[in-house]
Amino acid sequence: MYETKYHRASTVSDAAAMLKNADDGKLLSGGQTLIPTMKQRLAAPSDLIDLRHIDEISGITKQADGSIRIGAATCHADVAGNADVRAALPGLADLAGHIGDPHVRHMGTLGGSIANNDPAADYPAALLALGATIETNKREFTAKDFFTGMFETALDEDEIVTAVVFPAASHTAYVKFPNPASRYAMAGVFVAKTGSGARVAVTGAGQNGVFRMPDMEKALDGNWSADAVASMAPAVDDMLSDMHGTAAYRANLVTVMAKRAVAAAA
Amino acid sequence: MAAEGIGARVLRKEDKRFITGNGRYTDDMTMPRMGYAAFVRSTHAHARIKSINTDEAMKMPGVDAVLNGHQLVADGIGNIICGWMIHSKDGSPMNMGAYRALESETVRFVGQAIAVVVADTLQQARDAAEAVIVDYEELPTVVDSLDALKDGAPQLHPEAAGNLIYDWEIGEEAATNEAFANAAHITQMDLDNNRLVPNPMEPRSALAHFDPSEEHYTLYTTSQNPHVARLVLSAFYNVAPENKLRVVAPDVGGGFGSKIFIYPEEIACLWATKRVGRPVKWTSDRTEAFLTDAHGRDHHTTAELALDANNKITGFRVKTVANLGAYMSLFSSSVPTYLYATLLSGQYNIPNIYANVKAVYTNTAPVDAYRGAGRPEATYVVERMMETAAKEVGMAPAEFRRLNFVREFPHQTPVIMAYDAGDYEASLDQAMNAIDYNGFAQRRAQSEAAGKLRGIGMSCYIEACGIAPSQAVGSLGAGVGLWESAEVRVNAVGTIEVLTGSHSHGQGHETTFAQLVSDRLGLPTDSISIVHGDTDKVQMGMGTYGSRSGAVGMSAISKALDKVEAKAKKIAAHLMEASEGDITIENGELKVAGTDKKLSFTEVSLAAYTAHNLPEGMEPGLKEGAFYDPTNFTFPAGCYICEVEVDPDTGVVSIENFVAADDFGTIINPMIVEGQVHGGLVQGIGQAMLEHTQYDEDGQLLTASYMDYAMPRADNVPSFKLETTVTECPGNPLGMKGCGEAGAIGSPPAVINAITDALGIRDMTMPASPNRVWQLIQDNGMKQAAE
Repeated sequence: MYETKYHRASTVSDAAAMLKNADDGKLLSGGQTLIPTMKQRLAAPSDLIDLRHIDEISGITKQADGSIRIGAATCHADVAGNADVRAALPGLADLAGHIGDPHVRHMGTLGGSIANNDPAADYPAALLALGATIETNKREFTAKDFFTGMFETALDEDEIVTAVVFPAASHTAYVKFPNPASRYAMAGVFVAKTGSGARVAVTGAGQNGVFRMPDMEKALDGNWSADAVASMAPAVDDMLSDMHGTAAYRANLVTVMAKRAVAAAA
Repeated sequence: MAAEGIGARVLRKEDKRFITGNGRYTDDMTMPRMGYAAFVRSTHAHARIKSINTDEAMKMPGVDAVLNGHQLVADGIGNIICGWMIHSKDGSPMNMGAYRALESETVRFVGQAIAVVVADTLQQARDAAEAVIVDYEELPTVVDSLDALKDGAPQLHPEAAGNLIYDWEIGEEAATNEAFANAAHITQMDLDNNRLVPNPMEPRSALAHFDPSEEHYTLYTTSQNPHVARLVLSAFYNVAPENKLRVVAPDVGGGFGSKIFIYPEEIACLWATKRVGRPVKWTSDRTEAFLTDAHGRDHHTTAELALDANNKITGFRVKTVANLGAYMSLFSSSVPTYLYATLLSGQYNIPNIYANVKAVYTNTAPVDAYRGAGRPEATYVVERMMETAAKEVGMAPAEFRRLNFVREFPHQTPVIMAYDAGDYEASLDQAMNAIDYNGFAQRRAQSEAAGKLRGIGMSCYIEACGIAPSQAVGSLGAGVGLWESAEVRVNAVGTIEVLTGSHSHGQGHETTFAQLVSDRLGLPTDSISIVHGDTDKVQMGMGTYGSRSGAVGMSAISKALDKVEAKAKKIAAHLMEASEGDITIENGELKVAGTDKKLSFTEVSLAAYTAHNLPEGMEPGLKEGAFYDPTNFTFPAGCYICEVEVDPDTGVVSIENFVAADDFGTIINPMIVEGQVHGGLVQGIGQAMLEHTQYDEDGQLLTASYMDYAMPRADNVPSFKLETTVTECPGNPLGMKGCGEAGAIGSPPAVINAITDALGIRDMTMPASPNRVWQLIQDNGMKQAAE
C-alpha cells in the first residue's frame, strides 16, 4: 500500500468537502474492494474519506408505501438480517446474506458495492429488477440510468450515494452461480413480481454489466413458472468469456439460474 | 498400550500455541536495526536485461542498498543447484542451465528475482524496488512442455539444446514391445496432470543476520529441512562454512514440499545482510508465492496397457513429458523419474514395463516436489488406465483389479521397487463395503429420477515412502543420503528431550514422537519435549518430506531409545543388585522381574547424573544418539472410492460419498493420521476438480491470486469415511509406512473415474470444472444424437 491520508467524515456535506479538497481522493465505505486493491498497489489515492461513521446514511426503514429505504453505509449483514427486508423482499435479504463471506458482509456496504459496480457483484441485479431508486447528495437515479457499464456508473466524481429505495414486490428471489475460485457471481439472476409486472435482471454474465431479460419478463407476466423461461437465453455474443466460463456456458447459466429463481419465488 | 503410547488419540501438544496465536513463525521475529528486503522481479517471461538503473531507487528515503546479480556473482555466491543427477538414456548427464539467485542478464519466468532492495521499512523497500528501472529486450516465450520440444521453439538455456533437460528411460523396452505385439487388447490414453501451486498457509520468509565479531551467520527461515538448507548454502552457495552458519526453521505453517528447496530469496538475504551490516528480513506476499514457490505436477503422458486373452496385464508402456519450468529446483529432476516411473506398476503384477520421460524447460516457474511428488502422477496414469481397460474389456473395475493384484510378497516390479508387504484385496473389500458398492445401482436410479447423473470410481494406489535407503538413492543419482538422526537426552530428574532431524510444519511430531517415548518408557508425554528445526541444537538431519518422519525419523528415535534403555537397565541392575537381563521397564519404573524390587525412571536418571554409584567403568549421564538408515522404501497402499452426482444443467459435480481405506502399517496416533488423510484428500480433490495453474502465451500467470486460482473449501468436499487395514512394514522397527501424502496421491483418479462414469465417457482432463463438465455433457449429447 502506498501512503495515503485518512479522513473520517461525520456528515455527507463534510465528506463532499473533504473529497473536493483532496488531490486524488477516494470515498471509503466498507473498503472490501478498495483496500485489497490498495494493498496490491493497484490503487493509490492521495486521500481516503471514510463514510462509515455518517449516521444519516446508515440504517433501514420500511416506508409508508411499503418500500424499503436502505442507507448507503448499511452493511450486507444488516440487510440480510433485517426483519422488514426479510418479510417484504426475501430475495434481497437472501442476496445480501450470500455476498462474499461473513467478514465481507460485516464490512461491505450497499452504497460501496453499487458505486463500484463490479460486473460480478450481486446488488446491481436486485436494484435493476426491483426498479430501485438511488439517492445521492445531488439527485436521484433510476437503477437503469445509474449502472452504465462495467465498473461505471452515472455518478459524478464528487457525488456520494446516500440511500437506495426498493419498491415493494409480491415475489422476489435471487439465485447465483458462483465462480469456483472467487465465488463472485458468474451468473446471478434476480426475479421479481412487481406492481409493474415481472422483472428479471442478470449480473455476472454480461459484457456490459447488469442487464434485464425482456423476453423472460414477458413470458413470466403470462405464466409465473420456471417452465416459462426454460427455453430462453441471452445472446451468447453479449456474454463474458474467460478461463472460468465460456460465453455459451454463461448464457446457459442465465437460463438455469432464472428457472431456479422463479421456482424459489413461487 | 500406554495411555499416551502408540495407538492413542492424544490431543496435539502443539495446538495450544497455534490456536491461541502464540506460534512463533519467521515473520514474527524482529531484530534490532533490522532492514526489510523487497525484490525487483521480472515482468517478462523471457527477456534479455539491457540495463538495470538503480539511481532513483538509491536516492529514496530509508534505502540502504540495491543489489543485483552482477554483484552477487562477483562476491562468489554460487549458482542454485539441483541435488539429483539424472542421466539420459544415451548416458549423458542432464543438461542444466545456470540458475542465479539474482539474474541480471537473461530472465526466464515472470517473477524471477533480478535485484534486491534493503531499506528501513517494508514500504520504503517496496517503493524503491518499484523505482528500479529494468530495460528489457523481450524474447519469444514458450509455456507448454510439448511446445517447448518442437522445432523452432524459443530456446531457454544454451546448455539445453531443444529445451531438453534429459531423455530418461526405465524398464525393458524390447520385452515390453514384445508384450504389445502379442496383446489381445490394448488400451491407450492421453493423460495430463495439471500444474498446481502449493499454497501453504504461511508464505515463505527469511530473516538473515551476520555477526561480524564471530563472522557468523544466522538464518531463520520457512524450511522443511534446515540442515539440508545449511549444507547447500555452505557447500554450493559459498555463503559461509557450516560451522559459521546456523539455520533455524521455527514454527512453519505448512510446506507440502514447497519449503524443501533453497530459494533465491534466502540466499539473497544471507548475502545482503553482511553487505549492508544489518539483519535483513523478507516475507513473501501471496502474489510472490503464486509466482515463485515451486509449482507441482505438469505432465503430458501417453500410456498403453497390453492385456492377454484372459485380461491379465502383460505390458505397460508410458511416455511422459514433464515441465520443469525455467530452472531446475533442488529435487526437481528426481520427481518425474525415480519418484514417478518406479511406481508405474501400481498394485499390479505387470511383467513388462517401459517408461520414457523427457523433462523440458519452459518460461514458467520452476516445478518441484509437491505433496506426493511423482506418485500422484503415476497413480493417476495407472488408475485411469485400469478403470478404462476394465470397461473396454467388459469387466467390473474391481474384478479387473483383483485379477491383476500382486498377492505374494516380497514382489519385485520391473521398475526397481521391491514391495515388502501389503494386502490390496483387503483394502478393496473394505472400501467397497464401506461405500455400499452394491447399493450404487439403486442410488444411481434415484439420482436419474431426480434428473441427475451419478457415477462411481475407484483408485487402488500404492506409493513409496520412508525416503530413503541412502545407498540405493546414491546409486540412482541423489546428492545426499536420506537417513535420519535422533538424540534422546534424559535429564537428571527423568524428563526427556528428544532431538530429531525431522521437521514438523503441521504434522504433529511434538505429539507423535513423544507418544513413542511414552510407549517405551511409560512416562507421560508432558514430560517429553521434542526439539527440532535448529542446526545449533540438532547436529544433523534430513528433514521432513516424502512421508519419511515416522518410518525414518521415529525409527532413529527408537534406536536411540534402545541404547537409553540398555544403559538405564545396567544402572538399575547395579543399584538393585540384580541381573541386567531381569530388568523390565513398565509405567516409568525399572523392575526386577519376579520380585517387588523396583526403581522409578527418575531415580535411575538421577543415579546416572550423580554418578555416586554406577557400574564400574560406566560413564556418567544418560544421553544416546542414533542414525537410522532405512533398508527399503515403505509402501503405503489402499483403495479410495468416490461417488459423485452431476447436475447436467450446470456441470457442477458434488461428491456424495468418499471412502478411503488405507494401509499405513503401524499407526501412532489415529487422530493425527485421519487429519493427514483429510488434508491429502482435499488437496487431491482440489487437483481433480478445482485447481488449475494457467499461463498465457506470453508467460504471464493468469491464476496469480485466489480470485482466479480455485482452492478447495470445506463446502467442496463431503464428510470422508476413513478405514484402515494393517500390514506391518517389515523394513523398520516400528512397522510404519507413512501417511502424509496418500490422500493427495490416491484421490484424483478416483474422482475422475467417478465423473467419467457418471457422464458415460472415457476421457476428460483435470480439473473437472463446472464449465468443462457441462461442455462434455453437451458434446456427448450431440455425439449420441448424431449416432
